[in-house]
Amino acid sequence: MSLLTRLAEKSWERPGIDGFAEPDSYRPAAARVGLYIYFGVACVLFSLIVATYLVRMGVGVHGAAAHGTAGDWRPMPEPPLLWINSAVLVASSLAWEVARRSARALEWDTMRRMALIGAGLGLLFLAGQLLLWRQYQAAGYYLATNPANAFFYLLTAVHGLHLAGGVVACGRAVGQLGMRGNQRRAARNIGLCAVYWHFLLLVWVLLAGLLVST
Amino acid sequence: MHGMIMVVYLLTALLLGGFGNYLIPLMVGARDMVFPFVNMLSYWVYLLSVIVLVTGFFVPGGPTGAGWTLYPPQAITEGTPGHSWDIVTMLASLAIFIIAFTMGGLNYVTTVLQARCKGMTLMRMPLSVWGIFIASIMGLLAFPALFVAAIMMLLDHLAGTSFFMPSILSMGQATETQGGSPLLFQHLFWFFGHPEVYIVALPAFGIVSDLISVHARRNIFGYRMMVWAIVVIGALSFVVWAHHMYVSGMNPYFGFFFAVSTLVIAIPTAIKVYNWLLTLWRGNIHLRVPMLFAIGFIFTFIHGGLTGLFLGNVSVDVPLSDTFFVVGHFHMVMGVSPILVIFGAIYHWYPKITGRMWNETLGKLHFWITFLGVYAIYLPMHYLGILGVPRRYFALGETAFIPPSAHLANEAITVAAIIVFLAQGLFFINMIWSLFRGPKADPNPWGAASLEWQTPQTPPAHGNWGPKLPTVYRWAYDYSVPRTARDFIPQNEPPA
Repeated sequence: MSLLTRLAEKSWERPGIDGFAEPDSYRPAAARVGLYIYFGVACVLFSLIVATYLVRMGVGVHGAAAHGTAGDWRPMPEPPLLWINSAVLVASSLAWEVARRSARALEWDTMRRMALIGAGLGLLFLAGQLLLWRQYQAAGYYLATNPANAFFYLLTAVHGLHLAGGVVACGRAVGQLGMRGNQRRAARNIGLCAVYWHFLLLVWVLLAGLLVST
Repeated sequence: MHGMIMVVYLLTALLLGGFGNYLIPLMVGARDMVFPFVNMLSYWVYLLSVIVLVTGFFVPGGPTGAGWTLYPPQAITEGTPGHSWDIVTMLASLAIFIIAFTMGGLNYVTTVLQARCKGMTLMRMPLSVWGIFIASIMGLLAFPALFVAAIMMLLDHLAGTSFFMPSILSMGQATETQGGSPLLFQHLFWFFGHPEVYIVALPAFGIVSDLISVHARRNIFGYRMMVWAIVVIGALSFVVWAHHMYVSGMNPYFGFFFAVSTLVIAIPTAIKVYNWLLTLWRGNIHLRVPMLFAIGFIFTFIHGGLTGLFLGNVSVDVPLSDTFFVVGHFHMVMGVSPILVIFGAIYHWYPKITGRMWNETLGKLHFWITFLGVYAIYLPMHYLGILGVPRRYFALGETAFIPPSAHLANEAITVAAIIVFLAQGLFFINMIWSLFRGPKADPNPWGAASLEWQTPQTPPAHGNWGPKLPTVYRWAYDYSVPRTARDFIPQNEPPA
């Protein structure tokens, strides 16, 4: 039944439960629904930062040009580490995808191994991002030097915090694997971790595209 | 501080955190929220945000003097009270609150979607749940704007960035900031701020619908329209934010767009008001305390809503902007109105929450002093605003355009405010006294049809429903159904 059909129901007309199944038999897991709703929240969060980025860039470049001043927006360079980190995140996401598929095929050992690799690569990505910050600072690109720098640090920090939260959740899911009778639940959570990782990869690709292209 | 505490930390927290947590599982037939641990975490993080906020009263410089809108550059520039310390605690507290709200909001939305009992379709849910559900979705989408604004302003203040801070002279000295856009902050703030009005209002709309229906012994008029109106109001509230910025400077076409979208919102809102009145029409109205508060809400909401139509028009808003007219308007529509509903709701569900009844006389006294008192406070403010009396001033001093009668009105407002404040003692005395000495409550003293009144125990025990979850056979508004023994049919009663 589509959502519109449900919202058009005339609930005052026919009392009864004919045709109603037990809710557990057709509803997806609450954790999955909660995660997808959170994606909506995260999309709004990143979209708003990107919107302010574009507006602030406009003020810094076009606004200044209109007033005959130099403007304060100075794009940052793109060191190789930016691409290396991106590749690590892609590899991490791939590992999670293999873990998710292994969970579906009930291959617990592969699932555990790939989940650990995925989480490890996630941590490597975070370490790489911190190193990237250090490189930029060493080159004089501090937070307050320029609005472009400020946005870079802000965007990478918010993305990194999301990833760090994901690592904690994944650690919990992997930990559940060791408990007897919890494997199916752990497998479901590993699947959710994989989806979360893909989402963060997509966000990073868009953010990196924005940072590089402007 | 006053505005932020009331709007965010009290109204939002009470209507969504308080009533959401209590009513959603009971009304949809669930044992608990779907993520109880996250729910608990949400509460503790909320408490942390309150503690951080309250520290602002004790830090050097005192609480911020930037109003609840916290506009930069004023809020973080020397000369504004609390520009140094309290603005930091305020912004940090908001960021923490938003994290707490996100955890709570995810819970409310997912619980409504996933934990409804058998037979509880979306369109069989009581309107209270609909209001809380849509308001939670709105909160999840709107609060990130405030989060982003708070973090960026913190960085501007503490790290010297220039997201919002332009190059300005402060105390005769040029600041180190340059190029930032204060307007950008205003857009972010009001992208959150206007939906916030409805985040507070929609749960109140839902709750008042249920109170009116139960105490008028009538099914709610136009249930489907009421649901759709809630959804449409929620959606439209995201495209009206710049009506708070008419005097900030914008392209006239934007002003036209935002004026039109603002006025369009009046249509679903008017549908709701008409439906409340039509529910009351020829109803068997019981003027108990919750009903008095519900009817009081209709008065104050119509009043505040109509003055909103004035302010939604650019040409009328410009001269009235930042006057007492605005203060009168928004206190009526989003201060007094939801608070009347909160009182009505507490009186309505108190017997279920505590298993005791409150004192009717004290309750009625509380209502009448509060209801008449808020009119004595806010009605004169509209006249003051039309005279041009500005808001936010500690003392008006001698001015040519403000007559002595305005000062007299201000004094009368102060007296009324003190009386209304003291009258709230009646409410607290009643609630606390009744908790221990009130007569034992019947499990369903109002003869309500919705599910929360059908629990096996009053107050509901842990898990709400005993060994077996309820099954729902009908909507929540079967009142005064012809040819039935009682004048209501509970949602979990099978058809004959």
